[in-house]
Amino acid sequence: MNDMTVFDVEKIRGDFPIFEEKIHGKRLTFLDSGASAQKPVAVLDAVQDAYRHTYANVHRGVHYLSQKSTELYEGARETVRDHLNAASVDEIIFTKSTTEAINLVANSFGQMAIGEGDEILLSYLEHHSNIVPWQLVAERVGATVKAVPIDTNGDLLRDRYEEMLTDRTKIVAITHVSNAIGTVNPVKELIAKAHSKDIPVLIDGSQAIPHMKVDVRDLDADFYVFTGHKVFAPTGIGVLFGKAELLEKMPPYQGGGDMINRVTFEKTTFATGHSKFEAGTPPIVQAIGLGAAIDYVNKIGFDQIAAHEQSLLSYATQELGKLNNIRIIGQAKQKAAIVSFTMDDIHPHDIGTIIDQAGVAVRVGHHCAQPLMDFYDVPSTVRASFALYNNKEDVDALVESIKMVQEFFR
Amino acid sequence: MEDLKDLYREIILDHSKSPRNFGKISPCTHEGHGDNPLCGDEVSLYLRLGEDETLADVGFEGKGCAISIASASMMTELVKGTSCADAKSRFQQFLTLFSDDSAQSHSDIDDRMKALIGVKQFPMRVKCATLPWHALNAALSGIKSKDDGETKDGC
Ligand SMILES: Cc1ncc(COP(=O)(O)O)c(C=O)c1O
Repeated sequence: MNDMTVFDVEKIRGDFPIFEEKIHGKRLTFLDSGASAQKPVAVLDAVQDAYRHTYANVHRGVHYLSQKSTELYEGARETVRDHLNAASVDEIIFTKSTTEAINLVANSFGQMAIGEGDEILLSYLEHHSNIVPWQLVAERVGATVKAVPIDTNGDLLRDRYEEMLTDRTKIVAITHVSNAIGTVNPVKELIAKAHSKDIPVLIDGSQAIPHMKVDVRDLDADFYVFTGHKVFAPTGIGVLFGKAELLEKMPPYQGGGDMINRVTFEKTTFATGHSKFEAGTPPIVQAIGLGAAIDYVNKIGFDQIAAHEQSLLSYATQELGKLNNIRIIGQAKQKAAIVSFTMDDIHPHDIGTIIDQAGVAVRVGHHCAQPLMDFYDVPSTVRASFALYNNKEDVDALVESIKMVQEFFR
Repeated sequence: MEDLKDLYREIILDHSKSPRNFGKISPCTHEGHGDNPLCGDEVSLYLRLGEDETLADVGFEGKGCAISIASASMMTELVKGTSCADAKSRFQQFLTLFSDDSAQSHSDIDDRMKALIGVKQFPMRVKCATLPWHALNAALSGIKSKDDGETKDGC
């Protein structure tokens, strides 16, 4: 697979047309891939080709284009299955996003297995999309949502985690990588601990999939979800991996076309496998784009991507650390290439606006992780998140622009 | 860069670094709260209504960016001592600054409002400027009219 012997970031940047753009007349320094990643030509072409040459609805026509479109859509499912090392394509459900995938599990698994007095265990590191759907279910059935705390470095408190796995815990839902501060959770061990008490685990892989190779069978995850747009694919496509034995027992989430076996007004029987959870016309072309994105990153290779990003992370941490009045939020033992920070007396929003004028795009705000911000007692942070196309120049531009902010507010 | 200088004018940097009327006042008769769900910023606005239905004292607290803090600080200066009705019409005036291009030239709009006109070039930041004014409006809405026996919102 790996046809690139040396990792050539300049060549990779050439794959992403966005880098030809000038922002306020300046070179684009894009450090907001954690919110959504840019798209390579390979993905743009796959999307264009699908619309131009093979487009039709899937699963319902006998004509040429419908078959072709179905082949490509199902081909993307196989690409995702292979990438995650899932046992069967029936374990790969396409959704519109991570958010929808989590809502699916919260509702469907929740309806099946969560009742009054039960507990749902999350962590302080969660994105709102891995909190709110569980709260909604908990409220409906009379269950409680609990969150495993972290230490000030941003590492999960493992002993607390074990204590919080009780007879009442019906599911653990935890992020693989924190979007706000980069912590990489030891998910394999967390899953093993939960399994020792027969508790299934959902892993939110939104921020992991762009940075590392994930093997759901090695992790033994019961559910693993991610969103396409953060891994260089279009928006509107997400993935839910679920173990077949669980999915088979779970009731449908949404009703509609494509998810049925036979419909009468008296009773409907449902399709099996992934189809049961894919009601209506799916995001066909977005899925094809996701397949192309996964092929793209695999061609480069995750060993190379991870090594490159880790070197950017340490360089950025080191260079930002040299500046006065910078507080880096989150210093977990293992981090993905995400640096969150605050500056004394200067609000992240002002920083974001000022450095934007230098062409530097970062995310400022609470990163949809308000409980985590509360824990650090900050309303928001500046977050620079790196992807495979970032280079040292990006770090330098960030640091220079931060100096400009300091100058401005002096 | 010019847009930035226009946004972060001297007066704004000054008010954001040393905000006036910062802190909860005591006694306080009315309060209002403003949230910006986008960034998590919050402003609380405190009022003491005087005998004559003027805002005898005004204070604010909150975490926010330079724009929202400066806007809050200048706002408290502007409305302190004015009548409820005046404060309300200033709120409306302030909003029109961002919705109506000609408003900028209106001579009856105070410079401490016009100082924030620079945010127009930064649409994502308009909310920062208006946040404290919304908190003020919320506080004013809680005021019941004196010569009205029934409870009634607003002045
Ligand atoms: C950790 C994490 N979970 C969930 C999400 C939600 O993703 P989406 O908005 O695509 O559903 C995000 C991204 O914002 C995220 O970073």
